[in-house]
Amino acid sequence: MTIIETEDLRREFIVRAKAGRFTRTKKVVAAVDGISCSIAEGESVGYIGANGAGKSTTIKMLTGILVPTSGRVTTCGLPPVERRKDLARQIGVVFGQRTQLWWDLPLRESFTILGAIHRIGARAAADRIDQLVAELELAEFLDTPVRQLSLGQRMRGEVAAALAHRPRLLILDEPTIGLDMISKERLRQFLVAERAERGTTLLLTTHDMGDIERLCERVLVVDQGQLVHDGALGELRRTVALDRTMVVDYAEPQPPHEIPGTERVGYEIDGLRQSYRFHPTQTTAAKVVTEASRFGEVRDLTLQEPAIEDIVRTLYGARGSA
Amino acid sequence: MSVHLQLIAAEFRRQSTYRLALAAGVFTNGIFGLIRAGVLLAAVAGAGGEAGGYDARTAILYVLWGQALLGAIPMWGWNEVASRVRTGEIAVDLARPIDLQVYWWFRDLGRAAMQFLGRGLPILILGSVVLRVPPPTDPLVWLAGALGLILGLAVNFLGRYALNLISFWTIEMQGFQILYMVVVSLLTGFTVPIHLFPGWLKTIAEWSPFPSMYQYPVDLISGRTTGVDVLPIIGIQLAWLLVLLVGTRVMTHFGTRRLVIQGG
Repeated sequence: MTIIETEDLRREFIVRAKAGRFTRTKKVVAAVDGISCSIAEGESVGYIGANGAGKSTTIKMLTGILVPTSGRVTTCGLPPVERRKDLARQIGVVFGQRTQLWWDLPLRESFTILGAIHRIGARAAADRIDQLVAELELAEFLDTPVRQLSLGQRMRGEVAAALAHRPRLLILDEPTIGLDMISKERLRQFLVAERAERGTTLLLTTHDMGDIERLCERVLVVDQGQLVHDGALGELRRTVALDRTMVVDYAEPQPPHEIPGTERVGYEIDGLRQSYRFHPTQTTAAKVVTEASRFGEVRDLTLQEPAIEDIVRTLYGARGSA
Repeated sequence: MSVHLQLIAAEFRRQSTYRLALAAGVFTNGIFGLIRAGVLLAAVAGAGGEAGGYDARTAILYVLWGQALLGAIPMWGWNEVASRVRTGEIAVDLARPIDLQVYWWFRDLGRAAMQFLGRGLPILILGSVVLRVPPPTDPLVWLAGALGLILGLAVNFLGRYALNLISFWTIEMQGFQILYMVVVSLLTGFTVPIHLFPGWLKTIAEWSPFPSMYQYPVDLISGRTTGVDVLPIIGIQLAWLLVLLVGTRVMTHFGTRRLVIQGG
């Protein structure tokens, strides 16, 4: 069953710029420029693209808070703008930078209010909240005012708030932005478990390739308002070189080393720091570490994931030359 | 608890987290109340003991209730919806299964309740003692006053909400806010009672919704307007409530379709 369907979806904005002292020019910019796609219930889809590519604009139209300039969109079988409130009962949204929690009140109270707004009944709401509190480990700061929570704590609270009414579709707009590795991983683990248990459809925008690898089966790539790629994650891996880079810090200065299956891309401070780029099909991070530690004591390691921007650029280049 | 009661209670608690602000409010409103009472009493005395239907006692009651209601029925400075449009946080409000206006209206009731209890009541009690004005004894005055105040708050909310809705069309709305503030502080009869206005200004005020927010309810609760005169006042308040309700519904409908959510 289809849960999201768009057909030639388009949204234009008028951008005014100062041209002279008293004159201003008007320019029409299409933030979303004819996107057609279909997402089935139960899928988990990553929606990626550079800043300003049109991701957030698309999400606003899917949730009915922004009217499309043209084209058609259906979410959970409803026209989003006309049926915005009915739709809101079936979807949960986290708008990355914005909070849906009550800033001055303890976290617990936001859940109570949201339960009432969604009219899910006190009993059912309490059960669900207890479950989310346990799974997202919210108990220790449940009585803390939201404004005093750390970003990681607040983000877990946001996700719980979005899931309190058991939505069919969960839309997360950059849920891991600004989180440290442990907070990110915790949130990802929860989302994997939540989907496994309830089959919630997930649509996720992110700049973090780790989110995509862990959470998404399918990836949509948008660039300048247009879909440049729509396919399974594996397909994306084959289309673009998802090279990773291992940065190794040695305890002692080293001559340049060669590690099989990698290309050395960095040699700094007399070899104290050396970087090796590799493709996951050629070798693994573990093998690179084993090899690197043969040359001397390794003090620190960093694994750099491919940047979304690089992926988009590669795809865009491929499209441009085709 | 129903969603409406939840919203009232939540906003009530939110307001009560700022206790120092409440105390500061009581203090400032009290001081300004004494100054205003002094000026108006001087005017009444200068006019020979009665001006615009006010004698010394009703003049004090007018100022006292005016100062006490300033927190609960704010004349200016409420821009929560507009500032959420400005930051794009309005997206969160719109992505909920509740009408935007219903959501903010019930929150406003919680806000008004806390402001009245925390800021208004202390001023009323202190003021009555310091200025030696006993509260009205006639239960009909209390009944008419309570009804007038509830309607006044409703008309006042709809006026503020309509002003905030302008931000759906134009993000930069400081000009509108200043204009509203000037018009409202004059025409509500808060600064000077409209009964003391020159004829032409009084006519303008009487054809606006603003006296329904302040002058009329204060007239009712202070016992200045009594008997059969109460009915047309309540009628005018109800009429403005209806007009503003229809107006804000139309604005909400078109505004939410026109709105461009700010920020990515």
